[in-house]
Amino acid sequence: MDAKGSIGALFCASDIGYDPVTVAPNLSVMVMQTEQSLREYLRIHLRIPLVTKIGPLASTFDFVADAAPGVREVLAVGKVCWEVKEKHFDLVIVDAEASGHVVAQISSPRTIRSLVPRGPLRDQTSWMLDILDDPEQCGVVVVTTPEELPVTETVSLVQKLRSETKTEIAEVIVNAVEPRPDHDTVVLAADPWFASTSPRHAATVLAASARRAEQDAQVGVLRAALPNDDLRTIVLRDETGRALVDAVASTFGTDTDQDAQ
Amino acid sequence: MTPRFVIVCGSGGVGKTSTSAAVGLNAARSGERVLVVTVDPARRLAQALGLGSIGHDVSAVAMDGPGSLAVSMLDTKAGWDSLIRRHARDEKSAERVLRNPLYDNITARFVNSHDYIAMEQINELASSPDFDLVVIDTPPSRNALDLLDAPRRMREFFGGRLLQWLTLPYRSRLLTLASKPFLQIADRLLGAQFLGDIAEFFTLLQSMESGFVARAQAVESLLTSDRVSFVVVTTAEPAACREATFMASELGRRRYVLDRVVVNRLVTDTGDETLPSREAVSASAGTGINADLALAGMREAFSHRRTVAARHATGVTALRAIGSPVVLVPETVAAEQSSGDGSVLGGIATALRGA
Repeated sequence: MDAKGSIGALFCASDIGYDPVTVAPNLSVMVMQTEQSLREYLRIHLRIPLVTKIGPLASTFDFVADAAPGVREVLAVGKVCWEVKEKHFDLVIVDAEASGHVVAQISSPRTIRSLVPRGPLRDQTSWMLDILDDPEQCGVVVVTTPEELPVTETVSLVQKLRSETKTEIAEVIVNAVEPRPDHDTVVLAADPWFASTSPRHAATVLAASARRAEQDAQVGVLRAALPNDDLRTIVLRDETGRALVDAVASTFGTDTDQDAQ
Repeated sequence: MTPRFVIVCGSGGVGKTSTSAAVGLNAARSGERVLVVTVDPARRLAQALGLGSIGHDVSAVAMDGPGSLAVSMLDTKAGWDSLIRRHARDEKSAERVLRNPLYDNITARFVNSHDYIAMEQINELASSPDFDLVVIDTPPSRNALDLLDAPRRMREFFGGRLLQWLTLPYRSRLLTLASKPFLQIADRLLGAQFLGDIAEFFTLLQSMESGFVARAQAVESLLTSDRVSFVVVTTAEPAACREATFMASELGRRRYVLDRVVVNRLVTDTGDETLPSREAVSASAGTGINADLALAGMREAFSHRRTVAARHATGVTALRAIGSPVVLVPETVAAEQSSGDGSVLGGIATALRGA
């Protein structure tokens, strides 16, 4: 949703646009573009095939985006739900917008229902809500980092999602947790003889250990605030790009950092 | 004397709010009267300064030193209400807008509405005698661009045919040839009643055109003036660097002044170092540890740090290519500032001062 081009970089693919691009076997990637989504919507639901010929599309889109609240959001959410409804894929993963904006997006079908008394757009919010409200079909994975500000924001995001939407929180992921130096390494780093012999190694390990202790405390805060949510931690990796994706993917399904919990 | 502005931009999670707070703290400590305004819908600024909460009203932050530091958070709803009351022809028109069913949704629930109010607030502050410096903490990058483009979009909206079309059903049942296809789509998409609500709302809004357009133009000229400079905040990680470079080029395209790029949480390479042998560790370090295990952990942690440092060095090189001054904030300082204690923001402020 947040088109920064990063998703293409992670899969070593450039120029990813609205049409899905296969980047690996069984894996396609697309970037949400609400104007394209509007075009598709008009073609599929209103049977207006050649949108470019019907006149001022750009103005229509401005109208949709700026004047009618919730329409821009519902076009993006609607496109995602459409892919789920039509079963074009077995699983649709949405890299959503930042936490300040995602609630407006997920709640947009309800907003449209409250504002638009009739018409096709209102009718179509029903099947979107069927998908968004069904924990078997849709769940939000909240991703955070183990620092004070993101943790506070995550707690408030989860509360807001629960009060303003009916979409289930599937999981909370704490990303980029510092690897924990083992006990003997930390003891050695703190040893005065070692610290004078190898000061750089000692300082590196002690700093990493202190950061990890602070991060563990933040994970504890999160766990206390969200006692009934599944919490997963992902340890910071050295890899970048596709190698990072592969490395993180291999950790899913196996809890590699139980001691953080 | 009117205030200068520093607008702080950056992608999410790079320490943008903390940097905004630090820029403010720095200037306040050097004797300036500073206001830090957060536009980010997420409420991070209060935490960065160790405050319980921040409201729409300006509130002072206790600090030592000759200057003063105050903070406020954008309240979109209150901002819109006061804007409508200010620009409406009369009290009756204002009430009609405020009671329109669309009004609450447009003003309180949607992201772009934030942008207009932020710009409105900047315009108001531009003539404030109370501050020497106003620091604006913006939403994550792409949204910051929406914010910066808000005055132009506001001006174009009032000046363009779109508003004519939006208000047409309210003014006349006779559709012009030019607007017919537009209204056909809008009608099929949204239904006539909703379209009617929209038309009424924008007809009322249209009566306030001159006020809105004049202020939008004033903000547009302010943004390109020498009273406003921009700070792009990033980390040295590849994705953040790409975003910062994009942001810098977009600022340049709009002819805004990029004062500096702040690189938070930078890991630097301290150079290689030989480790003592297992035998030396066993002989010299305390008993009770497994020397092999301890040394292996030592190598792993050090190697991890050097890998990150190499990646960050590449990132810094890319950021220097932007051509603006680059301020490097070491990881240790950035780690400290997350503690939420306003006083430790001084560390990041020191890094900024040293630039």
